[in-house]
Amino acid sequence: MPRIEVDANRCKACYLCVNACPKKCLGKSKTISKKGYFPAEMVHPENCIGCTMCYMVCPDVAITVIK
Amino acid sequence: MTIIAQKPHSLTDVPMHYCPGCGHGIVHRLMGEAIDELNIGDKVIGVAPVGCAVFADSYFACDMIQGAHGRGPAIATGIKRSKPEAIVFSYQGDGDLASIGMAEIVHAAARSEHITVIFINNAIYGMTGGQMAPTTLVGQVATTAPKGRDPLLQGWPINICEMLSALKGAKYLERVAVDSPQHVMAAKKAIKKAFENQVKGIGFSLVEVLSQCPTNWGVDPLKSLEFVRTKMMPQYPLGVFKDEGAE
Repeated sequence: MPRIEVDANRCKACYLCVNACPKKCLGKSKTISKKGYFPAEMVHPENCIGCTMCYMVCPDVAITVIK
Repeated sequence: MTIIAQKPHSLTDVPMHYCPGCGHGIVHRLMGEAIDELNIGDKVIGVAPVGCAVFADSYFACDMIQGAHGRGPAIATGIKRSKPEAIVFSYQGDGDLASIGMAEIVHAAARSEHITVIFINNAIYGMTGGQMAPTTLVGQVATTAPKGRDPLLQGWPINICEMLSALKGAKYLERVAVDSPQHVMAAKKAIKKAFENQVKGIGFSLVEVLSQCPTNWGVDPLKSLEFVRTKMMPQYPLGVFKDEGAE
């Protein structure tokens, strides 16, 4: 099943990926990162189709897509 | 399980300092991907600007020089002429390229220097705190235009691609945006082509990228995408303005 990994040390919580995901898989994490942000994370991993849209729009190159 | 998308090898592991939602990081990644795909990583020399991207040398895993304000194309000219085998790019913002660096970019284009210029247009001075840039839109509020840019007082915005397209030396000019995945894909094609043109020895290539600056526009990252689409694109239409390398 496709999935993504968000590097919490790079993510600055702009949530452009949350907006870009066509399947609404991404959301806001409940835990605070070392940088002081609530990074994006997978909230519905079962819906992920590995389209890489989140990776495309991520300004911090924090996302890795695995298929 | 295979990795289908990850940070390109041409970028370092250093986390970027740009504000949340800023378009600079997206353009860095696209450039990294283009360099990786063309397999020119060991030949690339970049010129970092003065502006938000002043620390770009930390993010690109290639040789970099940090230039004086606006002088990126002049430094890139020197590198390319002394090392013709190198692939040289100048990365500049609108405060850098369109105001203090206007003479350098126009003459580099007129001489058709074999360099690639990536021009980030966010319609404002980012690093210095949101002053009016030559590309600031009519009516747009900036710290030095608190009532909005008034053309009778501060003049009209400068469209760099349209202006340079009048020069015979400019061989490839395209304006792209990074506000949606579709536009990011188109931007990647344009950036890759600008590097490819240099490999083929076609001449001066410039890609203008409409990028969001949520911090200085005073909006959140999602609204800044809306600003790019509704306010910037009517003034700065996307498209290819010149492509002399096309078969």
